[in-house]
Amino acid sequence: MELRRVVITGLGTVNPLGNTVDEYWENLKNGVSGAAPIEKFDAAKHKTQFACEVKNFDPELYGMERKDCRKYDLYTQYAFASTDLAVKDSGLNLEEIDHDRAGVIWGAGIGGLQTFFEEARNYKDENPRFSPFFIPKMIANIAGGLLSIKYGFRGPNFTTVTACASASHAMIEAFNMIRMGKADIMITGGSEAGVNEAGIAGFNSMRAISTRNDDPKTASRPFDKDRDGFVMGEGSAAFIFEDYESAVKRGAKIYAEMGGGGMSADAFHMTAPDPEGKGANLVMKWALEDAGITVNDVDYINVHGTSTPLGDIAEPKAIIKTFGEHAYKLAISSTKSMTGHLLGAAGAVEGLASILAINNSLIPPTINHFTDDPEIDSNLDFTFNVAKKREINVAISNTFGFGGHNATLVFKKL
Amino acid sequence: MSDVAAKVKAIIVDKLGVDESEVTPEASFTNDLGADSLDTVELIMEFEKEFDLAIPDDQAEKISTVGEAIAHIEEATK
Repeated sequence: MELRRVVITGLGTVNPLGNTVDEYWENLKNGVSGAAPIEKFDAAKHKTQFACEVKNFDPELYGMERKDCRKYDLYTQYAFASTDLAVKDSGLNLEEIDHDRAGVIWGAGIGGLQTFFEEARNYKDENPRFSPFFIPKMIANIAGGLLSIKYGFRGPNFTTVTACASASHAMIEAFNMIRMGKADIMITGGSEAGVNEAGIAGFNSMRAISTRNDDPKTASRPFDKDRDGFVMGEGSAAFIFEDYESAVKRGAKIYAEMGGGGMSADAFHMTAPDPEGKGANLVMKWALEDAGITVNDVDYINVHGTSTPLGDIAEPKAIIKTFGEHAYKLAISSTKSMTGHLLGAAGAVEGLASILAINNSLIPPTINHFTDDPEIDSNLDFTFNVAKKREINVAISNTFGFGGHNATLVFKKL
Repeated sequence: MSDVAAKVKAIIVDKLGVDESEVTPEASFTNDLGADSLDTVELIMEFEKEFDLAIPDDQAEKISTVGEAIAHIEEATK
């Protein structure tokens, strides 16, 4: 079977740094933090009282009606918003395309956590009833299903649920659908809306998130010695993936080529990363192999780098193991230092950051670096604090999820 | 308009996102007001909550218009 080339022709996002792609990039390159005290609920009694929230979100701006919003969990609303932007950006003529050859593969780590929490909170033993929308609003695959209804896409449609690697797995699968000729156009990406009582308290109990309440903007500090956990983010990014030949034929604007994807598992622990980064090493190796490139071709790694004590030690080790000497020549950054950790949507917003980096020949920074960690090789170039100009031909994006799921995306300049 | 009718209409406007002028006694939830089967179940549950009553499934199935809902609730809360 001849494998087809796949290109990215539409971008959209709503995330803590912006409600458009341009606003997102502006803040990324300027090193702006999206963290602030939580506005969605009263967090005064929570150990962590801040997060990276989406600001000024108005679903009606993206074609959703009020009655739809009532039935759509916030994670679905974010999916609809970013997809609306991506579809418009692609310039696709939705009347003309073959809807049987267009699909949706979406990523969501949790799904409708807010819906689950609210409904469960209202449950009473003496009157055991839930809203008829409880199940369909909460399930993690409903955003992808509803997108297919909105756009009439009858091609491949499913949702990947691999915690913080969800969106990356979705994008790899969307890429494979086109590459293998099972579809011509795919909507893909991911969304998450976990900034609520259950999300914050749940991650707090795991001691996974930062409790730097006196200074939220410096709390997400990947690879800094005094990091104390990740900062919860939320939002979405969406992409239009297209068969290269058809994209060229219709004169589409092409942002980058999706070069390949790697997938692996740590097979180690429920939530902790393998301290030697064996799974992380493997996933990068296989991603490069899938894209048919070598380690020396890679210019930029948008790392998982969550600002957790253990993860930030394992990933640089894996990079050195994978890239050898070239590890010290390539640029690395964790844009989570600005966006926070969007959980299941992380691969989407960070994939988008990687594509924008290629298009702008600029490495967005890892902000909030104050003190080197002696356990992390300081000869690696983490692009601390300030963005750096650099021609990028190949960028890769790492995401690792609870359960030990690893996924790496490869983007190539066309 | 009775108190029951006003509350029923307010619930329908809220849940179905329709204009109040569309909520006439003859209006059918599914044919005229855009409700699907899940919306209809939710409306019945809201009526039960608002008026503190239980509408068994066999009776709920017979309520398909705004007027039928008002009549049922007025009868049940007499």
